[in-house]
Amino acid sequence: MKANNEMRLTLESRSVNEGFARSAVSAFVAQLDPTVEEISDIKTAVSEAVTNCIVHAYKNSVDRIYIWVGIFPESVVKIRIRDRGCGIEDIKKAMAPLYTTLPDERAGLGFAVMQSFCDDIKVRSTEGKGTTVTLIKKINSR
Amino acid sequence: MPVRIEKNKVLTTAYLSGEIDHHSSVFIREQIDECIAKLQPQELCLDFMSVSFMDSSGIGLVMGRYRLMNSFGGRVRVRGVSKQTMKVMKLAGIDLLAKIDCK
Repeated sequence: MKANNEMRLTLESRSVNEGFARSAVSAFVAQLDPTVEEISDIKTAVSEAVTNCIVHAYKNSVDRIYIWVGIFPESVVKIRIRDRGCGIEDIKKAMAPLYTTLPDERAGLGFAVMQSFCDDIKVRSTEGKGTTVTLIKKINSR
Repeated sequence: MPVRIEKNKVLTTAYLSGEIDHHSSVFIREQIDECIAKLQPQELCLDFMSVSFMDSSGIGLVMGRYRLMNSFGGRVRVRGVSKQTMKVMKLAGIDLLAKIDCK
């Protein structure tokens, strides 16, 4: 299905860009007149996905993160966040709540937050090639 | 400044502000840890009143401070939490570790 409207954003995997990424996506989604809670949910989920690219996919380097947002009929928003980083060896394990490879600083809840704050999430990953996370959320326009 | 700390041996309060994510939490963590490791207060209060956004990095922030305080028998209290922040905290079960007061 073709999107009614879409945007693309490419940014470097620097932690200072996390705030910009979630703000840019939420500003684009604002055209659907979402509630404050829906916008917070989207910001939080995007923040998790972008942080994963920075701390895991490109952990030893700075490279590009590709974000695409599509608005579909009935106010369905799809957000795709893609990297060309190290990839995930075991997606099921990576998505399990509290699982983390960085126990001193990360809670291991990134995917749990994305799952609980969105209606659906799809993760595709190839080791050594990169990961694509797709977040899907329906906005119940006021 | 994303964090201002009121030092006290009985109750030390860290006033957090702005957006708490992976980027900002590194600095906040360092500031708080440096203070509580030295002072070893009985209680640490994390004040979220001026926090406008928090993702799971904030969970790591609270849990890590909980572990550190616990290591010398101190307690952690969380206050001024918004609806969005509470949603993230509940997901992690932080409400089971520390007393949380909402905004």
